[in-house]
Amino acid sequence: MTKKTTTYIQFGLDSFGDLPVDDDGKLFTHAAAIRQVVEEAILADKLGIDVIALGEHHRPDFSISSPETVLAGIATRTKNIKLASGVTVLSSDDPVRVFERFATLDALSNGRAQVILGRGSFTESFPLFGYEMTDYELLFEEKIELFSELLKEKPVTWSGTKRASLEDADVYPKTESGHLQTFVGVGGSPQSVVRAAHYGFPLMLAIIGGSPERFVPYIDLYRRAAEEFDTPIHPIGMHSPGFIADTDEEARRIAWPAHKKNFDRIGKTRGWTPMTRDHFISEVENGSLYIGSPETVAKKMAKSIKALGVERFDLVYGGGPMPASARLHMIKLYGEKVIPRVRELLAEDEKK
Amino acid sequence: MKSLGIIGAGKVGIVLAQLAIKAGYTVYIAGSEDPKKIALTVSILVPGATVGTSEEVATQAEVIILAIPLGKYKELPKEALADKLVIDAMNYWWEVDGDRPDLTDLHSSSSEIVQRYLSNSRIVKAFNHIGYHDLYDETRPSDATDRKAIAIAGNTEQDVEVVADIVNNLGFDPVIIGNLHQGIKLQPGSPVFGAHVNEFTLRHLIQTFSESEFGQKVVTARQLD
Repeated sequence: MTKKTTTYIQFGLDSFGDLPVDDDGKLFTHAAAIRQVVEEAILADKLGIDVIALGEHHRPDFSISSPETVLAGIATRTKNIKLASGVTVLSSDDPVRVFERFATLDALSNGRAQVILGRGSFTESFPLFGYEMTDYELLFEEKIELFSELLKEKPVTWSGTKRASLEDADVYPKTESGHLQTFVGVGGSPQSVVRAAHYGFPLMLAIIGGSPERFVPYIDLYRRAAEEFDTPIHPIGMHSPGFIADTDEEARRIAWPAHKKNFDRIGKTRGWTPMTRDHFISEVENGSLYIGSPETVAKKMAKSIKALGVERFDLVYGGGPMPASARLHMIKLYGEKVIPRVRELLAEDEKK
Repeated sequence: MKSLGIIGAGKVGIVLAQLAIKAGYTVYIAGSEDPKKIALTVSILVPGATVGTSEEVATQAEVIILAIPLGKYKELPKEALADKLVIDAMNYWWEVDGDRPDLTDLHSSSSEIVQRYLSNSRIVKAFNHIGYHDLYDETRPSDATDRKAIAIAGNTEQDVEVVADIVNNLGFDPVIIGNLHQGIKLQPGSPVFGAHVNEFTLRHLIQTFSESEFGQKVVTARQLD
């Protein structure tokens, strides 16, 4: 993520370990769902996909609460794929432990670990780990400050109000490269964009609904803020949900019920109205759902990558109870057809 | 009415400020802390808007929109907001507000709770039921055929009319649903919450509210009032 040429784009896959179903519609157990993600990551690695990012949830419909443990399992069975969290909810975690766990993952994977820090739009981890929601802002602010100190891999002296102070504390293991790759994931809060620039972290934009072009000013904001703080202007990444099948019809047929179940289940706890077919179609056609045949998805991805000038695109896959076989097929299409086609479309565009 | 103040510079506040600038209003905006903290953000995301403290915004603007987390409503500048028309775009959101039984009591709409605190202001509920990116994407000129609608609840006809005008200017068809007590029909749990639909469908959702699961709960709770 340090190269600045526009032809070098990284492609990733993101999952929260949604529980898939088998071909008879039977829901996987949490344990089987975790093993499924490991198999998917192995396939992604074989296909040359750049990154697998796993996010944490602490609720029944998702199997992954401890992404780095799953990533450690993936680490020992893959060669090249980068292993990222997406995101690590730093507010309800301990920065020292987060560093230790990801530095360990970095060791197991020969330097392939990436931490994506975020505040999280789901905060079920707060009551679970004994944090107050009223400290939502403060917890993240303090912990990201401490984490940025830990990344220097030198003894840290730090004090705050939400965690015990550290006096010349050295934290192990050290990474071989001396730098644990760290990003900040942002869902649309402008202050989070400014914060990422303030600490000099690369930005990952979570664009999960609406038109991606809406985020263009946010990218401008990130760059201007980095200039103001005199921190490095890193390339920016984006992540959006999607699904790929052989044809547009097939992709919509499989994705619609799974996506709706996922959306409505989360909506029920937050009080929003169930997803309509119209809403789904408008997201597929004009918004942030990358659903369709390899050609449709590649075109849509190329359009967004170009509009936003991002250098990394992570596709969030397998949302809702989707057949495991369809998920594997999707990854195959993503690696074999979509990614080469997006590169081709972008290269054609550069020539013009 | 030419000036709009927005208290809250998060996702919703920024989008409302963008729409207001586009509609030709003079826009004042405040974040939760020092205005300096949002100055850069506002200059890039909402060029043309003026940044101030929430007191300054409340004083300068003719109408003020509230777009902070509902759980923090007692941090609002009560004195500066006195005698003003104030639009409540806030919602209870567990992920941010935590467990707050005081904000989810079905006997009151959350805007009535805000009205009780801002006792000298005139509260009208609007802009709360449509998601912030739909708000941004779905704005249309008044002659468009695919316009979406936004519901309004308030206690006086005069104030509601002013807000209806703002809703229209920002790119949506206004649908007036009744007084602030009725505002509960627009809250999380209601079929209206999250709906970005046209005027016809929105009216239908309001009319059939009491048939919904949430509507049933509200009816049952309020019968005991």
